[in-house]
Amino acid sequence: MTDVFERRAAISGIGQSRVGRRLGRDAMDLTLDACLEAIADAGLDRRDIDGVATYPGGWFGPRGFSGPGIPELQDALRLKLSWYAGGPEQPGQLGSVIEAIAAVACGLANHVLCFRTVWESTAQCGGGRAGMGTPGGGGGGKGFRASGIMEWTLPYGAASAAVWVALFAQRHMHEYGTTREQLAQVALNARRNAGLNPKAIYREPLTLDDYFAARMISTPFCLYDCDVPVDGSTAVVVSRTDRARDLRRPPLRVEAVGSALRGRPSWDQFDDLTTMAMRDAGAMLWQRTDLRPADVDVAELYDGFSFLAMAWLEALGFCGKGESGPFVAGGTRIALAGELPLNTHGGQLSAGRLHGYGFLHEACVQLWGDGGERQVRGDPRVAVAAAGGGPLGGCLLLVRD
Amino acid sequence: MTERNAHFWKGGEQGELRLLRCKACRHWIHPPAPICPECLARDVAPETVSGRARVATFTVNHQPWIPGFDPPYLVAIVELVEQPGLRLTTNLVNCALDEARIDMPVRVTFEERDDVWIPLFEPERSEGGKRARGLDEVEPDSEGA
Repeated sequence: MTDVFERRAAISGIGQSRVGRRLGRDAMDLTLDACLEAIADAGLDRRDIDGVATYPGGWFGPRGFSGPGIPELQDALRLKLSWYAGGPEQPGQLGSVIEAIAAVACGLANHVLCFRTVWESTAQCGGGRAGMGTPGGGGGGKGFRASGIMEWTLPYGAASAAVWVALFAQRHMHEYGTTREQLAQVALNARRNAGLNPKAIYREPLTLDDYFAARMISTPFCLYDCDVPVDGSTAVVVSRTDRARDLRRPPLRVEAVGSALRGRPSWDQFDDLTTMAMRDAGAMLWQRTDLRPADVDVAELYDGFSFLAMAWLEALGFCGKGESGPFVAGGTRIALAGELPLNTHGGQLSAGRLHGYGFLHEACVQLWGDGGERQVRGDPRVAVAAAGGGPLGGCLLLVRD
Repeated sequence: MTERNAHFWKGGEQGELRLLRCKACRHWIHPPAPICPECLARDVAPETVSGRARVATFTVNHQPWIPGFDPPYLVAIVELVEQPGLRLTTNLVNCALDEARIDMPVRVTFEERDDVWIPLFEPERSEGGKRARGLDEVEPDSEGA
Protein backbone atom coordinates (compact mmCIF):
# COMPACT_ATOMS: atom_id res chain seq x y z
CA MET A 1 0.00 0.00 0.00
CA THR A 2 1.41 3.36 -0.99
CA ASP A 3 1.77 6.04 1.63
CA VAL A 4 -1.56 7.54 2.58
CA PHE A 5 -1.61 10.77 4.53
CA GLU A 6 -3.78 9.54 7.38
CA ARG A 7 -1.02 7.22 8.70
CA ARG A 8 0.68 10.35 10.01
CA ALA A 9 -2.23 11.01 12.38
CA ALA A 10 -3.57 9.34 15.50
CA ILE A 11 -6.26 9.83 18.10
CA SER A 12 -4.50 10.72 21.34
CA GLY A 13 -7.37 11.52 23.70
CA ILE A 14 -11.16 11.58 24.05
CA GLY A 15 -13.68 13.39 26.20
CA GLN A 16 -17.40 13.58 26.69
CA SER A 17 -19.70 15.72 28.79
CA ARG A 18 -22.62 14.35 30.72
CA VAL A 19 -25.17 13.02 28.22
CA GLY A 20 -28.84 13.29 28.98
CA ARG A 21 -32.36 14.36 28.25
CA ARG A 22 -33.19 17.98 29.00
CA LEU A 23 -30.05 18.70 30.97
CA GLY A 24 -30.89 22.39 30.69
CA ARG A 25 -27.19 23.20 30.62
CA ASP A 26 -25.47 25.78 28.50
CA ALA A 27 -24.06 24.33 25.28
CA MET A 28 -20.69 26.00 25.81
CA ASP A 29 -20.56 24.51 29.29
CA LEU A 30 -21.07 21.01 27.84
CA THR A 31 -18.50 21.69 25.13
CA LEU A 32 -15.89 22.76 27.66
CA ASP A 33 -16.48 19.60 29.71
CA ALA A 34 -15.82 17.42 26.67
CA CYS A 35 -12.87 19.41 25.33
CA LEU A 36 -11.01 19.77 28.63
CA GLU A 37 -11.49 16.08 29.32
CA ALA A 38 -10.11 15.15 25.89
CA ILE A 39 -7.07 17.39 26.30
CA ALA A 40 -6.33 15.93 29.74
CA ASP A 41 -7.00 12.40 28.50
CA ALA A 42 -4.29 12.86 25.90
CA GLY A 43 -1.93 14.09 28.56
CA LEU A 44 -1.79 17.50 26.92
CA ASP A 45 -2.22 21.05 28.11
CA ARG A 46 -4.50 23.53 26.38
CA ARG A 47 -1.37 25.37 25.23
CA ASP A 48 -0.48 22.28 23.16
CA ILE A 49 -3.68 22.56 21.14
CA ASP A 50 -2.88 24.39 17.91
CA GLY A 51 -5.84 23.31 15.80
CA VAL A 52 -9.63 23.01 16.14
CA ALA A 53 -12.17 21.29 13.90
CA THR A 54 -15.91 20.91 14.32
CA TYR A 55 -19.15 19.94 12.63
CA PRO A 56 -21.40 21.74 11.71
CA GLY A 57 -19.99 25.01 13.03
CA GLY A 58 -21.52 27.41 15.50
CA TRP A 59 -25.27 27.62 16.00
CA PHE A 60 -26.05 26.04 12.63
CA GLY A 61 -29.42 24.49 11.79
CA PRO A 62 -32.51 24.16 13.98
CA ARG A 63 -32.28 25.06 17.67
CA GLY A 64 -30.17 22.57 19.55
CA PHE A 65 -28.56 21.07 16.44
CA SER A 66 -25.23 22.67 17.20
CA GLY A 67 -23.49 24.44 20.03
CA PRO A 68 -20.76 27.02 20.08
CA GLY A 69 -18.54 27.67 17.11
CA ILE A 70 -14.78 27.63 16.94
CA PRO A 71 -14.29 31.36 17.71
CA GLU A 72 -16.20 31.05 20.98
CA LEU A 73 -14.26 27.98 22.05
CA GLN A 74 -10.97 29.49 20.99
CA ASP A 75 -11.69 32.63 22.96
CA ALA A 76 -12.94 30.80 26.05
CA LEU A 77 -9.72 28.78 26.23
CA ARG A 78 -7.53 31.50 24.69
CA LEU A 79 -6.20 28.92 22.23
CA LYS A 80 -3.38 29.91 19.90
CA LEU A 81 -4.27 28.19 16.64
CA SER A 82 -2.25 27.41 13.56
CA TRP A 83 -5.26 25.96 11.76
CA TYR A 84 -9.02 25.59 12.25
CA ALA A 85 -12.09 24.62 10.22
CA GLY A 86 -15.76 24.12 10.92
CA GLY A 87 -18.88 23.91 8.84
CA PRO A 88 -21.71 21.73 7.59
CA GLU A 89 -20.43 21.01 4.09
CA GLN A 90 -18.24 18.04 4.93
CA PRO A 91 -18.34 14.23 4.49
CA GLY A 92 -20.69 13.88 7.42
CA GLN A 93 -20.09 14.62 11.06
CA LEU A 94 -16.75 12.79 11.08
CA GLY A 95 -15.66 14.81 8.06
CA SER A 96 -14.45 17.34 10.59
CA VAL A 97 -12.13 14.71 12.10
CA ILE A 98 -10.91 13.76 8.61
CA GLU A 99 -10.08 17.42 8.04
CA ALA A 100 -8.13 17.45 11.29
CA ILE A 101 -6.27 14.32 10.21
CA ALA A 102 -5.35 15.98 6.92
CA ALA A 103 -4.22 19.11 8.75
CA VAL A 104 -1.82 17.30 11.09
CA ALA A 105 -0.59 15.05 8.27
CA CYS A 106 0.26 18.16 6.24
CA GLY A 107 2.02 19.78 9.14
CA LEU A 108 -0.50 22.57 9.60
CA ALA A 109 -0.98 21.63 13.25
CA ASN A 110 0.34 19.17 15.84
CA HIS A 111 -2.70 18.58 18.06
CA VAL A 112 -6.20 19.32 16.76
CA LEU A 113 -9.15 19.41 19.11
CA CYS A 114 -12.30 18.13 17.35
CA PHE A 115 -15.75 18.50 18.89
CA ARG A 116 -19.47 18.09 18.27
CA THR A 117 -22.11 19.51 20.61
CA VAL A 118 -25.87 18.97 20.58
CA TRP A 119 -28.59 20.21 22.94
CA GLU A 120 -31.62 19.05 20.97
CA SER A 121 -33.38 17.60 23.96
CA THR A 122 -33.45 20.86 25.88
CA ALA A 123 -34.21 22.80 22.69
CA GLN A 124 -37.21 20.61 21.91
CA CYS A 125 -38.51 20.75 25.46
CA GLY A 126 -42.16 21.68 25.17
CA GLY A 127 -41.91 22.42 21.48
CA GLY A 128 -41.96 18.99 19.88
CA ARG A 129 -39.33 17.76 17.51
CA ALA A 130 -38.60 20.16 14.71
CA GLY A 131 -37.82 18.67 11.37
CA MET A 132 -34.33 19.08 10.05
CA GLY A 133 -34.04 22.54 8.55
CA THR A 134 -37.53 23.73 9.45
CA PRO A 135 -37.04 27.16 10.92
CA GLY A 136 -39.43 27.92 13.73
CA GLY A 137 -41.50 24.80 13.21
CA GLY A 138 -41.98 25.25 9.48
CA GLY A 139 -45.37 25.63 7.88
CA GLY A 140 -45.97 26.00 4.20
CA GLY A 141 -48.12 29.10 3.93
CA LYS A 142 -47.45 32.54 2.57
CA GLY A 143 -44.44 34.23 4.05
CA PHE A 144 -42.50 31.02 4.49
CA ARG A 145 -40.46 29.48 1.72
CA ALA A 146 -38.24 26.49 2.13
CA SER A 147 -34.90 26.38 0.43
CA GLY A 148 -32.26 23.78 -0.33
CA ILE A 149 -33.48 20.22 -0.03
CA MET A 150 -36.47 21.40 1.99
CA GLU A 151 -37.87 23.16 -1.08
CA TRP A 152 -38.45 19.72 -2.62
CA THR A 153 -39.62 17.84 0.47
CA LEU A 154 -41.33 20.25 2.89
CA PRO A 155 -44.35 20.90 0.62
CA TYR A 156 -45.04 17.18 0.99
CA GLY A 157 -44.84 16.99 4.76
CA ALA A 158 -41.52 15.14 4.39
CA ALA A 159 -39.95 17.41 6.95
CA SER A 160 -37.67 14.95 8.70
CA ALA A 161 -34.82 12.61 7.93
CA ALA A 162 -37.09 9.93 9.42
CA VAL A 163 -39.24 10.19 6.31
CA TRP A 164 -36.33 10.43 3.89
CA VAL A 165 -34.50 7.42 5.34
CA ALA A 166 -37.75 5.43 5.58
CA LEU A 167 -38.05 5.77 1.80
CA PHE A 168 -34.65 4.08 1.40
CA ALA A 169 -35.48 1.35 3.90
CA GLN A 170 -38.73 0.60 2.08
CA ARG A 171 -36.91 0.28 -1.23
CA HIS A 172 -34.32 -2.00 0.39
CA MET A 173 -37.10 -4.23 1.67
CA HIS A 174 -38.63 -4.31 -1.80
CA GLU A 175 -35.41 -5.23 -3.60
CA TYR A 176 -33.81 -7.56 -1.08
CA GLY A 177 -36.63 -8.89 1.08
CA THR A 178 -35.34 -7.15 4.20
CA THR A 179 -37.85 -7.39 7.05
CA ARG A 180 -38.87 -5.35 10.08
CA GLU A 181 -37.67 -8.24 12.28
CA GLN A 182 -34.22 -7.62 10.83
CA LEU A 183 -34.38 -3.84 11.33
CA ALA A 184 -35.43 -4.57 14.90
CA GLN A 185 -32.19 -6.44 15.58
CA VAL A 186 -30.22 -3.22 15.22
CA ALA A 187 -32.41 -1.58 17.86
CA LEU A 188 -32.45 -4.62 20.17
CA ASN A 189 -28.68 -5.01 19.94
CA ALA A 190 -28.20 -1.34 20.75
CA ARG A 191 -30.44 -1.63 23.77
CA ARG A 192 -28.65 -4.74 25.07
CA ASN A 193 -25.34 -2.89 24.90
CA ALA A 194 -26.82 0.27 26.39
CA GLY A 195 -27.80 -1.79 29.42
CA LEU A 196 -24.07 -2.15 30.10
CA ASN A 197 -23.27 1.52 29.51
CA PRO A 198 -23.91 3.74 32.55
CA LYS A 199 -24.11 6.86 30.32
CA ALA A 200 -26.73 5.45 27.95
CA ILE A 201 -30.18 7.07 27.88
CA TYR A 202 -32.38 3.97 27.56
CA ARG A 203 -31.04 0.99 29.50
CA GLU A 204 -34.09 -1.13 30.32
CA PRO A 205 -34.42 -4.33 28.25
CA LEU A 206 -36.25 -4.11 24.92
CA THR A 207 -37.93 -7.14 23.36
CA LEU A 208 -39.09 -7.90 19.85
CA ASP A 209 -42.67 -7.69 21.16
CA ASP A 210 -41.98 -4.20 22.53
CA TYR A 211 -40.60 -3.27 19.13
CA PHE A 212 -43.68 -4.43 17.25
CA ALA A 213 -46.00 -2.81 19.78
CA ALA A 214 -44.40 0.62 19.34
CA ARG A 215 -46.15 3.36 17.41
CA MET A 216 -45.14 3.87 13.80
CA ILE A 217 -43.23 6.99 12.80
CA SER A 218 -42.87 6.54 9.04
CA THR A 219 -43.16 3.02 7.64
CA PRO A 220 -41.20 0.80 8.01
CA PHE A 221 -39.85 2.76 11.00
CA CYS A 222 -41.42 2.64 14.41
CA LEU A 223 -40.31 4.67 17.40
CA TYR A 224 -37.47 2.26 18.20
CA ASP A 225 -35.95 2.65 14.73
CA CYS A 226 -35.31 6.33 15.46
CA ASP A 227 -32.58 7.75 17.68
CA VAL A 228 -33.20 9.80 20.78
CA PRO A 229 -32.30 13.52 20.90
CA VAL A 230 -30.06 14.42 23.81
CA ASP A 231 -27.84 17.13 25.19
CA GLY A 232 -24.15 16.37 25.20
CA SER A 233 -20.77 17.13 23.75
CA THR A 234 -18.01 14.82 22.53
CA ALA A 235 -14.40 15.70 21.75
CA VAL A 236 -11.32 13.93 20.42
CA VAL A 237 -7.75 15.08 19.99
CA VAL A 238 -6.08 14.26 16.67
CA SER A 239 -2.29 14.37 16.94
CA ARG A 240 0.65 13.92 14.63
CA THR A 241 1.74 10.31 15.09
CA ASP A 242 5.29 11.35 15.98
CA ARG A 243 3.92 13.74 18.63
CA ALA A 244 1.49 11.18 20.01
CA ARG A 245 3.96 8.42 20.84
CA ASP A 246 5.05 9.73 24.20
CA LEU A 247 1.66 10.90 25.41
CA ARG A 248 -0.49 9.39 28.12
CA ARG A 249 -2.22 6.75 26.01
CA PRO A 250 -1.08 4.45 23.23
CA PRO A 251 -1.98 6.35 20.07
CA LEU A 252 -4.82 5.03 17.94
CA ARG A 253 -3.38 5.29 14.49
CA VAL A 254 -5.63 6.32 11.64
CA GLU A 255 -5.22 3.50 9.16
CA ALA A 256 -7.62 4.81 6.51
CA VAL A 257 -10.40 7.31 5.95
CA GLY A 258 -13.40 7.35 3.64
CA SER A 259 -14.73 10.71 2.53
CA ALA A 260 -15.98 10.16 -1.01
CA LEU A 261 -19.29 11.26 -2.48
CA ARG A 262 -19.62 10.20 -6.10
CA GLY A 263 -23.39 9.98 -6.41
CA ARG A 264 -25.68 13.00 -6.44
CA PRO A 265 -25.58 14.93 -3.15
CA SER A 266 -29.25 14.48 -2.44
CA TRP A 267 -31.75 12.54 -0.35
CA ASP A 268 -34.01 11.71 -3.28
CA GLN A 269 -31.80 11.86 -6.38
CA PHE A 270 -29.07 9.37 -5.40
CA ASP A 271 -28.59 6.82 -8.18
CA ASP A 272 -29.34 3.83 -5.92
CA LEU A 273 -32.27 4.14 -3.49
CA THR A 274 -30.99 1.28 -1.34
CA THR A 275 -27.73 2.94 -0.34
CA MET A 276 -26.36 6.46 0.10
CA ALA A 277 -23.13 8.45 0.24
CA MET A 278 -21.78 5.78 2.60
CA ARG A 279 -21.36 3.50 -0.43
CA ASP A 280 -18.65 5.76 -1.81
CA ALA A 281 -17.03 6.55 1.54
CA GLY A 282 -16.88 2.86 2.47
CA ALA A 283 -15.37 1.84 -0.87
CA MET A 284 -12.74 4.56 -0.58
CA LEU A 285 -11.71 3.45 2.90
CA TRP A 286 -10.76 -0.06 1.73
CA GLN A 287 -8.83 1.32 -1.22
CA ARG A 288 -6.44 2.97 1.23
CA THR A 289 -5.41 0.00 3.35
CA ASP A 290 -4.31 -3.61 3.10
CA LEU A 291 -6.59 -4.51 6.00
CA ARG A 292 -9.90 -6.14 5.09
CA PRO A 293 -13.35 -6.10 6.70
CA ALA A 294 -12.56 -9.46 8.36
CA ASP A 295 -9.74 -7.73 10.28
CA VAL A 296 -12.17 -5.38 12.05
CA ASP A 297 -12.72 -6.25 15.72
CA VAL A 298 -15.47 -3.77 16.49
CA ALA A 299 -17.81 -1.62 14.36
CA GLU A 300 -19.39 1.63 15.51
CA LEU A 301 -21.79 2.53 12.70
CA TYR A 302 -24.18 5.46 12.57
CA ASP A 303 -27.72 4.49 13.56
CA GLY A 304 -29.64 7.74 13.53
CA PHE A 305 -32.17 5.29 12.11
CA SER A 306 -31.76 1.53 12.38
CA PHE A 307 -31.56 1.12 8.62
CA LEU A 308 -28.52 3.40 8.39
CA ALA A 309 -26.40 0.97 10.43
CA MET A 310 -27.44 -1.81 8.04
CA ALA A 311 -26.61 0.33 5.02
CA TRP A 312 -23.17 1.06 6.57
CA LEU A 313 -22.60 -2.69 7.12
CA GLU A 314 -23.08 -3.15 3.38
CA ALA A 315 -21.13 -0.05 2.39
CA LEU A 316 -18.13 -1.18 4.44
CA GLY A 317 -18.24 -4.67 2.96
CA PHE A 318 -19.06 -6.56 6.16
CA CYS A 319 -21.69 -8.29 4.03
CA GLY A 320 -22.70 -8.18 0.40
CA LYS A 321 -24.98 -5.59 -1.15
CA GLY A 322 -28.51 -6.18 0.05
CA GLU A 323 -27.40 -8.80 2.60
CA SER A 324 -27.47 -6.74 5.78
CA GLY A 325 -30.86 -8.18 6.74
CA PRO A 326 -29.65 -11.77 6.95
CA PHE A 327 -26.36 -10.49 8.45
CA VAL A 328 -28.08 -8.98 11.51
CA ALA A 329 -30.90 -11.54 11.70
CA GLY A 330 -31.15 -13.11 15.13
CA GLY A 331 -28.71 -10.57 16.51
CA THR A 332 -25.91 -12.96 17.50
CA ARG A 333 -23.39 -11.90 14.87
CA ILE A 334 -23.54 -8.22 15.91
CA ALA A 335 -23.74 -8.84 19.67
CA LEU A 336 -20.89 -8.01 22.05
CA ALA A 337 -19.71 -11.63 21.89
CA GLY A 338 -20.44 -11.97 18.17
CA GLU A 339 -18.08 -11.97 15.22
CA LEU A 340 -18.65 -8.24 14.61
CA PRO A 341 -19.71 -6.39 17.78
CA LEU A 342 -21.82 -3.44 16.62
CA ASN A 343 -22.55 -0.18 18.43
CA THR A 344 -21.20 -1.43 21.72
CA HIS A 345 -22.28 1.65 23.69
CA GLY A 346 -25.88 1.46 22.56
CA GLY A 347 -25.64 3.61 19.44
CA GLN A 348 -27.66 6.74 19.01
CA LEU A 349 -30.79 4.60 19.28
CA SER A 350 -30.25 3.90 22.98
CA ALA A 351 -27.20 5.86 24.13
CA GLY A 352 -28.35 9.16 22.60
CA ARG A 353 -27.99 11.19 19.46
CA LEU A 354 -24.51 12.63 19.92
CA HIS A 355 -24.53 12.90 16.15
CA GLY A 356 -21.67 10.85 14.82
CA TYR A 357 -18.99 11.67 17.35
CA GLY A 358 -20.41 9.14 19.82
CA PHE A 359 -19.35 6.31 17.49
CA LEU A 360 -15.79 7.55 17.24
CA HIS A 361 -15.64 8.03 21.01
CA GLU A 362 -16.81 4.47 21.56
CA ALA A 363 -14.37 3.03 19.00
CA CYS A 364 -11.55 4.62 21.02
CA VAL A 365 -12.98 3.38 24.33
CA GLN A 366 -13.00 -0.16 22.96
CA LEU A 367 -9.49 0.02 21.48
CA TRP A 368 -8.13 1.30 24.79
CA GLY A 369 -9.94 -1.46 26.69
CA ASP A 370 -11.97 0.99 28.76
CA GLY A 371 -15.41 -0.44 27.98
CA GLY A 372 -16.00 -1.87 31.44
CA GLU A 373 -18.95 -4.25 31.38
CA ARG A 374 -19.44 -3.65 27.65
CA GLN A 375 -15.78 -4.18 26.73
CA VAL A 376 -15.38 -6.46 23.70
CA ARG A 377 -13.23 -9.44 24.67
CA GLY A 378 -10.11 -10.53 22.89
CA ASP A 379 -8.15 -7.26 23.04
CA PRO A 380 -9.66 -5.49 20.01
CA ARG A 381 -7.06 -3.66 17.94
CA VAL A 382 -8.95 -2.60 14.81
CA ALA A 383 -12.14 -0.55 14.88
CA VAL A 384 -14.22 1.26 12.31
CA ALA A 385 -16.26 4.36 13.11
CA ALA A 386 -18.72 5.69 10.55
CA ALA A 387 -21.23 8.49 10.55
CA GLY A 388 -23.85 10.00 8.33
CA GLY A 389 -26.86 9.22 6.18
CA GLY A 390 -28.19 10.50 2.87
CA PRO A 391 -25.63 12.70 1.18
CA LEU A 392 -23.48 12.75 4.33
CA GLY A 393 -20.97 9.99 4.95
CA GLY A 394 -17.52 9.69 6.44
CA CYS A 395 -15.65 6.82 8.06
CA LEU A 396 -12.40 6.04 9.85
CA LEU A 397 -10.43 2.86 10.39
CA LEU A 398 -8.43 2.99 13.64
CA VAL A 399 -5.64 0.67 14.72
CA ARG A 400 -3.86 0.22 18.03
CA ASP A 401 -0.45 -1.11 17.05
CA MET B 1 -39.52 30.88 -5.42
CA THR B 2 -37.11 32.21 -7.98
CA GLU B 3 -36.84 32.57 -11.72
CA ARG B 4 -35.11 29.21 -11.71
CA ASN B 5 -37.88 27.16 -10.12
CA ALA B 6 -41.11 29.08 -10.84
CA HIS B 7 -41.91 26.84 -13.81
CA PHE B 8 -42.12 23.88 -11.44
CA TRP B 9 -44.35 25.43 -8.81
CA LYS B 10 -46.54 27.45 -11.23
CA GLY B 11 -47.04 24.92 -14.06
CA GLY B 12 -50.02 23.40 -12.29
CA GLU B 13 -52.04 26.53 -13.07
CA GLN B 14 -52.17 25.17 -16.63
CA GLY B 15 -52.31 21.59 -15.40
CA GLU B 16 -48.77 20.97 -16.56
CA LEU B 17 -45.73 19.55 -14.83
CA ARG B 18 -42.69 21.38 -16.12
CA LEU B 19 -39.05 20.53 -15.67
CA LEU B 20 -35.90 21.99 -17.08
CA ARG B 21 -34.55 20.34 -20.21
CA CYS B 22 -31.34 20.76 -22.14
CA LYS B 23 -31.95 22.26 -25.58
CA ALA B 24 -28.80 20.64 -26.92
CA CYS B 25 -28.89 17.01 -25.79
CA ARG B 26 -32.52 16.88 -24.54
CA HIS B 27 -31.55 15.67 -21.07
CA TRP B 28 -34.08 16.46 -18.32
CA ILE B 29 -32.68 18.30 -15.30
CA HIS B 30 -34.10 18.25 -11.76
CA PRO B 31 -33.78 19.98 -9.33
CA PRO B 32 -33.21 23.01 -11.58
CA ALA B 33 -29.67 24.09 -12.43
CA PRO B 34 -28.53 26.52 -15.12
CA ILE B 35 -26.43 23.90 -16.87
CA CYS B 36 -26.93 20.47 -18.38
CA PRO B 37 -25.01 17.93 -16.26
CA GLU B 38 -24.57 15.67 -19.30
CA CYS B 39 -23.26 17.99 -22.02
CA LEU B 40 -22.62 21.18 -20.02
CA ALA B 41 -24.79 23.23 -22.38
CA ARG B 42 -26.07 26.39 -20.70
CA ASP B 43 -29.17 26.57 -22.87
CA VAL B 44 -31.77 24.93 -20.65
CA ALA B 45 -35.48 25.75 -20.50
CA PRO B 46 -38.67 24.36 -18.95
CA GLU B 47 -40.65 21.82 -20.93
CA THR B 48 -43.78 19.91 -20.04
CA VAL B 49 -43.54 16.23 -19.11
CA SER B 50 -46.29 13.65 -19.54
CA GLY B 51 -46.98 13.58 -15.81
CA ARG B 52 -46.76 9.81 -15.83
CA ALA B 53 -44.43 8.10 -13.39
CA ARG B 54 -43.94 4.99 -11.34
CA VAL B 55 -43.46 4.77 -7.60
CA ALA B 56 -39.77 4.21 -6.84
CA THR B 57 -40.43 4.00 -3.11
CA PHE B 58 -42.92 5.26 -0.54
CA THR B 59 -43.57 5.57 3.17
CA VAL B 60 -46.71 5.98 5.24
CA ASN B 61 -45.89 8.85 7.55
CA HIS B 62 -47.62 8.67 10.93
CA GLN B 63 -45.79 11.45 12.73
CA PRO B 64 -47.12 15.02 12.82
CA TRP B 65 -44.17 17.16 11.69
CA ILE B 66 -45.79 20.31 10.33
CA PRO B 67 -49.07 22.07 11.13
CA GLY B 68 -51.53 21.43 8.32
CA PHE B 69 -50.16 18.01 7.45
CA ASP B 70 -52.35 15.61 9.37
CA PRO B 71 -51.02 12.05 9.46
CA PRO B 72 -51.23 9.43 8.22
CA TYR B 73 -50.22 10.37 4.69
CA LEU B 74 -48.20 8.85 1.87
CA VAL B 75 -44.83 10.29 0.88
CA ALA B 76 -43.23 8.81 -2.22
CA ILE B 77 -40.32 9.20 -4.56
CA VAL B 78 -41.66 8.79 -8.09
CA GLU B 79 -39.65 8.33 -11.25
CA LEU B 80 -41.04 10.06 -14.32
CA VAL B 81 -41.36 7.94 -17.45
CA GLU B 82 -39.36 10.44 -19.52
CA GLN B 83 -35.92 9.49 -18.23
CA PRO B 84 -34.37 6.91 -15.88
CA GLY B 85 -33.53 8.54 -12.55
CA LEU B 86 -35.73 11.61 -13.17
CA ARG B 87 -37.32 11.68 -9.75
CA LEU B 88 -39.48 13.81 -7.48
CA THR B 89 -40.40 13.51 -3.85
CA THR B 90 -44.17 13.90 -3.63
CA ASN B 91 -47.37 12.75 -1.93
CA LEU B 92 -49.53 9.94 -3.25
CA VAL B 93 -53.15 11.07 -3.15
CA ASN B 94 -56.45 9.43 -3.99
CA CYS B 95 -54.68 6.28 -2.90
CA ALA B 96 -55.51 4.15 0.12
CA LEU B 97 -52.60 3.72 2.51
CA ASP B 98 -52.50 -0.02 1.88
CA GLU B 99 -52.88 0.44 -1.86
CA ALA B 100 -49.44 2.01 -2.39
CA ARG B 101 -46.89 -0.26 -4.07
CA ILE B 102 -43.40 0.19 -5.42
CA ASP B 103 -43.49 0.23 -9.26
CA MET B 104 -47.15 1.32 -9.24
CA PRO B 105 -47.99 3.57 -12.22
CA VAL B 106 -49.06 7.05 -11.11
CA ARG B 107 -50.05 10.32 -12.77
CA VAL B 108 -49.58 13.92 -11.71
CA THR B 109 -52.36 16.03 -10.26
CA PHE B 110 -52.10 19.46 -8.69
CA GLU B 111 -53.15 21.09 -5.46
CA GLU B 112 -53.38 24.87 -5.37
CA ARG B 113 -51.82 26.14 -2.18
CA ASP B 114 -51.54 29.90 -1.73
CA ASP B 115 -49.87 31.09 -4.93
CA VAL B 116 -48.30 27.81 -6.02
CA TRP B 117 -49.53 24.54 -7.46
CA ILE B 118 -48.06 21.52 -5.71
CA PRO B 119 -47.51 18.52 -8.01
CA LEU B 120 -48.98 15.41 -6.38
CA PHE B 121 -49.40 11.95 -7.84
CA GLU B 122 -52.33 9.56 -7.91
CA PRO B 123 -52.67 5.99 -9.11
CA GLU B 124 -53.23 5.63 -12.87
CA ARG B 125 -56.73 4.32 -13.36
CA SER B 126 -58.37 3.22 -16.57
CA GLU B 127 -61.83 4.56 -17.43
CA GLY B 128 -63.51 1.67 -15.64
CA GLY B 129 -61.88 2.83 -12.44
CA LYS B 130 -59.45 -0.05 -12.42
CA ARG B 131 -55.70 0.36 -12.18
CA ALA B 132 -54.22 1.29 -15.56
CA ARG B 133 -51.93 -0.84 -17.63
CA GLY B 134 -48.34 -1.38 -16.57
CA LEU B 135 -45.64 1.10 -17.37
CA ASP B 136 -43.85 -1.34 -19.64
CA GLU B 137 -46.58 -0.54 -22.14
CA VAL B 138 -45.90 3.19 -21.96
CA GLU B 139 -43.51 4.78 -24.40
CA PRO B 140 -40.61 6.17 -22.35
CA ASP B 141 -39.88 9.06 -24.69
CA SER B 142 -43.32 10.63 -24.65
CA GLU B 143 -43.20 14.39 -24.83
CA GLY B 144 -46.53 14.65 -23.08
CA ALA B 145 -49.43 16.98 -23.55
